[in-house]
Amino acid sequence: MTEVLFFIAAIGAISGAVGVVWLQNPFFSVLALVFHLLSLAALFLLLQAQFVAAAQVVVYAGAVMVLYVFVVAYVGAAEAAHFKAPVGGTQRAFAIGFALALFVELAIAVLGSGLAALDTGGPTVRIGFGGPEQIGQALLTKFLVAFEVASFLLLIAAVGAVVLARRRGGIHEEEARVSAMAFLRPPGAGTMAEAVEGRVGTAVRGLGAPDTTGEPVADDAETTPETVR
Amino acid sequence: MNINWYLVVSALVFCIGAGGVLTRRNPLVVLLCLELMLNAANIALIAYARMWGNIEGQVFAIIVMVVAACEVCIGLGLVVAIYRRRLPIDVDELRELQG
Repeated sequence: MTEVLFFIAAIGAISGAVGVVWLQNPFFSVLALVFHLLSLAALFLLLQAQFVAAAQVVVYAGAVMVLYVFVVAYVGAAEAAHFKAPVGGTQRAFAIGFALALFVELAIAVLGSGLAALDTGGPTVRIGFGGPEQIGQALLTKFLVAFEVASFLLLIAAVGAVVLARRRGGIHEEEARVSAMAFLRPPGAGTMAEAVEGRVGTAVRGLGAPDTTGEPVADDAETTPETVR
Repeated sequence: MNINWYLVVSALVFCIGAGGVLTRRNPLVVLLCLELMLNAANIALIAYARMWGNIEGQVFAIIVMVVAACEVCIGLGLVVAIYRRRLPIDVDELRELQG
């Protein structure tokens, strides 16, 4: 029974991984990755890692993949012309050869290992192994520093993503106009007052294509009341 | 099942992800292939945790998942920022840092 479940989950994981690389449409790649992650969760369950499997399904296949789907839907429709085929020629051959060589090397390392325990199914573990109780106890006692550093890392990543992706933020080069109102309600933050006054969109300047086709872009930043004041 | 089998699956998924990173041009798909490589590492970590009957490898896998979530967050923020500047979403054309 375990063998059957293992082979079903392993074939699902590998086919999902191949689908991520093979499919041309990024949306289908994301769906293939969701399938891959669900198969991996089954593998984790077979390895007595219940909590990690549950976190994989809820956090990874749920939340992170929803983020991916949002970005693909946001970027994908307008930029379909830029979704090119994978690289061809020598780089493709080199990449496939590199991947094959890496797999052969890893397989030699695994199968030729001197670890005798690799040929067993692992020791028998007690009933709560891999459950939330043991994971929580390890995280809050032995790995407390890693736990806290991970929380800081998540905070920094969230702030960084907001700074990068907000309108008129991040990598735009334009002189900052500092006022008290700009701290409370920065221009381009997408507040309701801006939407009512029609000041939505990002002023396009600097390098990049100057064509502003697509969404209605209000790039007359000089006439907005924000800068007149 | 023997632990060997899980490690071979891990190696195979890692190599598929590495090949994808090298062959795809869309930064979104490159990020997806990076996810594949991180997940392959997670399978190996959890297989070793099972092999030793020890919980610590699973804690390591959870930390790897946190780091992967942060990487996705920043990577997708960069993709959105690139899109807002009307630059081509193609890692072959965004090569200013290459020198």
